[in-house]
Amino acid sequence: MNDDLKNKDSKAPPSGGWGVLKYLKDVFGTVRSLLIGMRRTGYYFTHHKEIITEQYPDNRDTLVLADRFKGEVVMPHDENNEHRCTGCTACELACPNATLKVVTKFDITADGKKKKAIDKLVYHLELCTMCNLCIVACPSDAIVMAQTFEHSVFNRADLTKILNKPGSKIMDGVE
Amino acid sequence: MWSLTNISTAIHNWLNQTFNPTWALIMEMVIAGIAVISLFAVLGLVLVLMERRVAAWMQIRLGPNRVGPFGLMQSMADTLKLLVKEGMTPDGSDKFLFNLAPFIAMMVAMLLMAPIAFAKNFQLWDLNIGVLYVSAVSSIMVISILMAGWASNNKYSLMGAMRSGAQIVSYELSAGLSILTVVVFSGSLNITDIINAQADGWWIFKGHIPVLISFVIFIIAVTAETNRAPFDLAEAESELTAGFHTEYSGMKFALFFLAEYINVFIVCAIGATLFLGGWMPFHIGHWEAFNHVMDYIPSSVWFFGKTFFLIFVIMWFRWTFPRLRIDQLLNLEWKYLLPISMFNLLLATAVAILGWHF
Repeated sequence: MNDDLKNKDSKAPPSGGWGVLKYLKDVFGTVRSLLIGMRRTGYYFTHHKEIITEQYPDNRDTLVLADRFKGEVVMPHDENNEHRCTGCTACELACPNATLKVVTKFDITADGKKKKAIDKLVYHLELCTMCNLCIVACPSDAIVMAQTFEHSVFNRADLTKILNKPGSKIMDGVE
Repeated sequence: MWSLTNISTAIHNWLNQTFNPTWALIMEMVIAGIAVISLFAVLGLVLVLMERRVAAWMQIRLGPNRVGPFGLMQSMADTLKLLVKEGMTPDGSDKFLFNLAPFIAMMVAMLLMAPIAFAKNFQLWDLNIGVLYVSAVSSIMVISILMAGWASNNKYSLMGAMRSGAQIVSYELSAGLSILTVVVFSGSLNITDIINAQADGWWIFKGHIPVLISFVIFIIAVTAETNRAPFDLAEAESELTAGFHTEYSGMKFALFFLAEYINVFIVCAIGATLFLGGWMPFHIGHWEAFNHVMDYIPSSVWFFGKTFFLIFVIMWFRWTFPRLRIDQLLNLEWKYLLPISMFNLLLATAVAILGWHF
């Protein structure tokens, strides 16, 4: 209905004007398209096979989230408590609202050289909009989006998280 | 047998035997008032729940299902919440008009209940211009909306109210013209006469093409008149944040909310009365057995069944179609519905005069 009515105003009339035939065609076309829409919703009304409602607290154990769902930024660690973060601050620079803060330190490597590493990767969940830009910016795939979503806490300070686990170090071979 | 007619007659006789006629009349008025108010309350609860369920099912959702069995107590809980909320009057609003507007909305809904025939011989006021009365009184509704929008001292509310004014004034024309089609066929403005004229078949079957067209136009026009989607420009939740009742809270808001649903019920009742035979049962020609079975169903069930069917259709519209823009809305009325219904009235008159209906 919307399109028919809109086009009638915006388009210049073709040669020969609109005419009664065009008018009636508009009316019947409109009614037809409305009935198509009503048939679709009527079908949904009478068929309850597919229900998209998640009855959340009840189905907490079986809840399946979409792959694209972004809950919070986490840093995966392997079994040796090693992560892939080099402390390059690409994520910090990519973040539009200063959610991530990389605190670096200098490790002394085996051959006596100083090497830049992360001390802490501070993540402010309360500022994060889950835009995924940090994940995209990360050159070494050190951070990913987790699917957790039950983030409510009583103390706001609990939302400021340190992503690298205590005592963790960078994996060998990640530069 | 128990029926609404017998109950009302019994009460009437008992009151007249016990008291003098004046007191009996006063008490009947009080009883009727209480009955109408309780009907309002029940309708509000039922229709809100029905709307939410219909909406949910059409959108592949579940709808309210937590409060009570199958979520049946949901609207009760909502009402309780609204009752205990504070009804605020904003600073800078016109306090008198602001507080008056919801009551005018309710009063209009209450006045409209008068000529509706709920069952056989069960009617508050059988006046001889029932149809005219309904179409006249229903236009007072716009005053309460304008009043609410103006008194709120809020530009969005006023915008919603002005849109609503333009909308109701326009759509009343085609609603009135489509009602006239049935009036032409049955030759009376009296609701009882119109229903009795449908004893051998409802007008939508007897009057074929012209009545079918006017039925469609009537449904579209009353959807617009009751400010429901796809014509809910007065509320326009996404752009005007509830339009004329933005500033209302608590029970004053609830009265507007209730008035909307009562109005939907009333226009559907009028539609059922004019086009679908009111409380008349469904009869097919000379199928005597079938007709007797149909007669056995009480007339109030027929009336409420038809009314709720029409309410369902209007809800179906709401959850299917997108909202119209204000220019599209007025285009639809002035360029499409009004010319078509004028032509249709002419056609209906010709059919009625030439006796081409059944």
